Amino acid sequence: MNSIRRALVAALVFTLARPFAALAAWNKEAFGAKTPGDALKTLGIGNATPSKDVVIDAPQIAENGAVVPVEISSAIPGTTALIVVAEKNPFPLVARFDFKEGALPFVKVNLKMAETSDIRVIAEAGGKHYVATKEVKITIGGCGG
Amino acid sequence: MRATLGQGYTDVRVLMTHPMETGQRKDSDGKLVPLHFIQNVTVKVNGKPVVDAQISQAVSRNPVFTFRLKGGAKGDKIEVSWLDNQGESNSTEAAVA
Repeated sequence: MNSIRRALVAALVFTLARPFAALAAWNKEAFGAKTPGDALKTLGIGNATPSKDVVIDAPQIAENGAVVPVEISSAIPGTTALIVVAEKNPFPLVARFDFKEGALPFVKVNLKMAETSDIRVIAEAGGKHYVATKEVKITIGGCGG
Repeated sequence: MRATLGQGYTDVRVLMTHPMETGQRKDSDGKLVPLHFIQNVTVKVNGKPVVDAQISQAVSRNPVFTFRLKGGAKGDKIEVSWLDNQGESNSTEAAVA
């Protein structure tokens, strides 16, 4: 009886969750994580190999944490995603970019940083993960403004 | 939005007018301004999705993104659309010049 009920509940949860997944492709759990480790774990990223082919172009010192210009790219063949983490932000996961055939793994955008910390970029290629970090010093934090 | 041909690639530069509120900022009355930020960004070339982005409130206000596409030709139709946490959305189109 119990196992039948469990199966029914599972089927119900499955049918209810499916359209949601299609509608809101935004990883609430990963973006809601309060530590970089938790965010990456939620995204299924465990060990990432340090790589010079993951490139982060960001200023050493940013006076205004509300506008930190960052350019990220990966020279690793077959890169399908870039994940950006601002280590000491209240919610460290900043973005996940998925690239399909026709796009190069490259993004330039301005970010907000709460305080001086590393920016960590993870590239996904062939099911493996590669990582690079770069420290950005922040004079005025950018989360309240 | 501007889509410009380079050597073997096309750069797509797009501005999204959006407050990107973090939910931590207080207004002049000292009240917290609620979270309001873009969550999804999609880039399509001639109707085919090429970039899917999920972003947080940590992207700056009025975001300007530059994406880079493989190859490209004059006249290719680029479409960029976004959806925010309050269900608002917008999309813009341009041809590669």
